[in-house]
Amino acid sequence: MENLVLSKEKLPEMLTEIASKYALFGPIEENGVTSFKHISNSQEINLDYLRSRISPKDLIFQQTETLFTFSKGKEVKVNTPQIDEAKRVIFGIRSCDARGYSILDPVFEGKREGDYKDPFYTKKRNRSTLIGLSCNKPEVNCFCTSFDDSPASMKNVDILFTDIGEKYFIDIVTEKGKELIENLGNLFSKASEEDGEVRERVEQDAINAITRHMNTEGVVEKLEKMFNHELWQKTAMRCIGCGICTYLCPTCHCFDMQDEATLKEGARIRVWDSCMYPEYTMHASGHNPRPARMNRVRNRVYHKFSYFPKNDKIFACTGCGRCIDYCPVNIDIIDVIAKVKEAKI
Amino acid sequence: MTKNPYQPMLATVVDIKEEVSGNRAIKTFKLEFQDEKVKENFSFLPGQTIMISLFGTGESMFAISSSPTEKGYIEVSVMKLGKVTNALHEMVVGDTVGARGPYGNHFDIEGWKKKNLLFIGGGIGQAPLRSLLNYCLDNRSDYDNLEVIYGARTSEDICFKEKFDEMQKQQDVDVHLSIDVQEKGWDHYVGFVPANLQRLNPSPENTIAITCGPPIMIKFVIQNLLELGFKENQIYTTLEMRMKCGIGICGRCNIGNIYVCKDGPVFSYDQLKDLEGDM
Repeated sequence: MENLVLSKEKLPEMLTEIASKYALFGPIEENGVTSFKHISNSQEINLDYLRSRISPKDLIFQQTETLFTFSKGKEVKVNTPQIDEAKRVIFGIRSCDARGYSILDPVFEGKREGDYKDPFYTKKRNRSTLIGLSCNKPEVNCFCTSFDDSPASMKNVDILFTDIGEKYFIDIVTEKGKELIENLGNLFSKASEEDGEVRERVEQDAINAITRHMNTEGVVEKLEKMFNHELWQKTAMRCIGCGICTYLCPTCHCFDMQDEATLKEGARIRVWDSCMYPEYTMHASGHNPRPARMNRVRNRVYHKFSYFPKNDKIFACTGCGRCIDYCPVNIDIIDVIAKVKEAKI
Repeated sequence: MTKNPYQPMLATVVDIKEEVSGNRAIKTFKLEFQDEKVKENFSFLPGQTIMISLFGTGESMFAISSSPTEKGYIEVSVMKLGKVTNALHEMVVGDTVGARGPYGNHFDIEGWKKKNLLFIGGGIGQAPLRSLLNYCLDNRSDYDNLEVIYGARTSEDICFKEKFDEMQKQQDVDVHLSIDVQEKGWDHYVGFVPANLQRLNPSPENTIAITCGPPIMIKFVIQNLLELGFKENQIYTTLEMRMKCGIGICGRCNIGNIYVCKDGPVFSYDQLKDLEGDM
């Protein structure tokens, strides 16, 4: 597809145009924390951010969501709420977070035979067009390149914007992306050969700026033999079980379902949950299959680097680095996987 | 509108049978779907599970304890233990619950035809076995010997007692009951279920053993079955885990890369023995 450029001063106009036709979501800074929110005014957007603290996972897989409502009493009625049908544009998503959606897809979209489809996820996912924004200056704990990805990856977005100085270079990746661009009128101009060269250079510089790497080669096979290794006990000794790694992770998808109700009516609500909490697996009988922090830390690592690859042929890690940045006791997943590789078995 | 897999169907509690009273109370709830079409068409196989909702309290997964040969209703047998089961025990006939399912895999009722079936149950673990046992009794000529080894803590804790008495009288099922500690008037075995199994020394010849009960009981039953010469693929169990979605999405009932809700709950020991995971 033909590549385009957009002059930076036209960006507000473009966003206003998108917001008039679609539900627009983008990175917004509030109290020093950037997260993805619904945007009505292009001035709100913050493109200087590198990585939102909370991944945009919650735009598709909401942190809290009503699954159905019910009325109680003599005659009980249950009703599924209308799922948001608006066409959405998610602007400014980083390649790691876009990849996060691709990892969640097989979980919620029921791709294996006999699997169930989650309409709450799939509806929002299918109606979203992703406009990615390349990272020109990756952070110290970024390691997306370890998963054959790039700070300017086009793999999981519909359109990719790359900052090349005075303007954005635009890669139109999918038909969905093409449709959106065509819908936005005459804001863009044709990219020159030089623009293309700058874009490539920006990507290469960004790749070169990534200093941390996770070597996942052979890890699935190695973990097969390490379930009872002392590494899990050692790693878990530091863990305080706060669960921040699971809440910030773009691929963690565990949830709880809770009822909120009065005597007359109520709703069943899905809320994010975390496998790092003991209650998560606790039976009513008191039996707990994962009673110790060791069991829970091990399960999290295995889920991402053994169970996911076995079930869905993909590592459930995007290299976004959030769990490393925000872990209060400095548990470093790159380090854990390196220790798996080194471990004597 | 795409189907919402989390929204339960409605069912009426049409009968409640108190199986066990006291601290470890067990009741069997007979449920009828309110939608006539669902009531008529709902089908399941022994071993499958159902998610029961109490609106305002929550939901829990239970084994269906009735047999698919009983039409028009399903039964769940529930020990009063946690939040949902306590609320369920408060229910009276005529109340409405939610139900979604059936979920999971099932016992191999076709493949086990012409075989001897050995049921080894402990406490409320008999609930999923009851579905299979009643199915076999309703298709008695399809199966060879049926034998039940069942134990509970005390004689008061024996679940489905009347049915056991009835089966013993009819003499087409061998029933061996046990309790943990001696009581006045108890003339059956005293001791744990795995020990009773060892004592009875059943032949593995053309036999499938199906066991369910507390995790520690299952562990020693399997160990003893192997000692008695049962092969790994002759031993089956059905597992439970805390579940929320019941459909393989919410992530909590995994043992290794397997989800008990979707890939289980029925497993052969052949499958379980190499499965490394937290149980």
